[in-house]
Amino acid sequence: MRHLMSPLDFSVEELDALLDLANDIEAHPQKYAHACAGKKLATCFYEPSTRTRLSFEAAMLNLGGSVLGFSSADSSSAAKGESVSDTIRVISCYADICAMRHPKEGAPLVASQKSLIPVINAGDGGHQHPTQTLTDLLTIRSLRGELGNLTIGLCGDLKFGRTVHSLINALIRYPGIRFVLISPEELRIPSYIREDVLTANGIPFTEMERLEDAMADLDILYMTRVQRERFFNEEDYVRLKDFYILTKSKMALAKKDMLVLHPLPRVNEISVEVDDDPRAAYFRQAQYGVYVRMALILTLLEITVD
Amino acid sequence: MLNISGIHEGFVLDHIQAGMSLRIYHDLKLDELDCTVAIIKNARSEKMGKKDILKVECPIEALDLDILGFIDHNITVNVIKDDMIVEKKELHLPRQIKNVIVCKNPRCITSIEQELDQIFLLTDEKREIYRCKYCEEKFRSPKRK
Repeated sequence: MRHLMSPLDFSVEELDALLDLANDIEAHPQKYAHACAGKKLATCFYEPSTRTRLSFEAAMLNLGGSVLGFSSADSSSAAKGESVSDTIRVISCYADICAMRHPKEGAPLVASQKSLIPVINAGDGGHQHPTQTLTDLLTIRSLRGELGNLTIGLCGDLKFGRTVHSLINALIRYPGIRFVLISPEELRIPSYIREDVLTANGIPFTEMERLEDAMADLDILYMTRVQRERFFNEEDYVRLKDFYILTKSKMALAKKDMLVLHPLPRVNEISVEVDDDPRAAYFRQAQYGVYVRMALILTLLEITVD
Repeated sequence: MLNISGIHEGFVLDHIQAGMSLRIYHDLKLDELDCTVAIIKNARSEKMGKKDILKVECPIEALDLDILGFIDHNITVNVIKDDMIVEKKELHLPRQIKNVIVCKNPRCITSIEQELDQIFLLTDEKREIYRCKYCEEKFRSPKRK
């Protein structure tokens, strides 16, 4: 029995197979419409995350399975003080697979150690969110044709953004990857990513402060939110915030086939005027999130569809 | 000069950094063993100035010495059998440390989960970096802390 805790749990070959399956689901949804008939997914969400939970539930329903679960710690036995280990042992009696989100880092791993059913980490604090990374990889591969030979701009809060860290770790396994890291000084990529991951693996990267300066080189622009509360002072926030808002005029500087991705929710870092640009891929990305979760559920349940 | 008699079978842990012997006594769980233990503190040492020594009279297989490598791999471990030193063990950093150090990350599941073992894994041998198995928070070995 396998669980998914980190995007690196899958080898490159296993990941390719998973993404191939997701693409086949996208092309032939009917073929998979009853693949999980009689199976149940438990969504154990100890903190609210509407999109991730609904994406998992949509994935299971698309496969003909059923869903049950809770969407906050208040409405679960955790409010009575039950441990994660005990909860998963009970959930194992009710469902065939579990997606768990928890504010404490490592909680899904604790669950996986006692679980009788596959556990998927649906986000554990600021630690890992592997299905977001799988979504990003599927989106890039589906829309660009490959995961290698790309210049990827990561823009915004690169210091605290776990999606960015996970994506870097996943993409360096492919050839010809180059990163452009665009952020204010305060929110630069942490040294353990810059030195231990990028430099240690000989991955070319540049760091810059202004999005405009990077646009022309990029094949992918991955936007994240710059939050006001991350800045040390208001002046810096006011000075820098517009650098990280993607507008039509900035899009005019980009390649014709560049893609814009965003893990969502978008607050104001991408102007709505960009939404109609064919290069804006962030809503398609949410759709790919459902396909990749469908592929993941099938893979972990070891269900094959001919 | 204090004299402590030799031991018939067991270990002599020599060149312990002065002041560390009690920690090692606890980490090796010697308080749970029914055996003779001599703790020598602040012994004179040409190499170290002063040092601690632990003498433990117990069957050779009774102690898990892996943890010593984590605490200080410069400690000399002399294995004694029939009143003779039969082996000098070389210490290595253990791959995993269980219930010796505690994760200090307040966001880690170890901070709330009932009776969960505190497990750290060696992730970078060269730089002696251990990370919490659950949240991956970094912990450097005590000498480099």
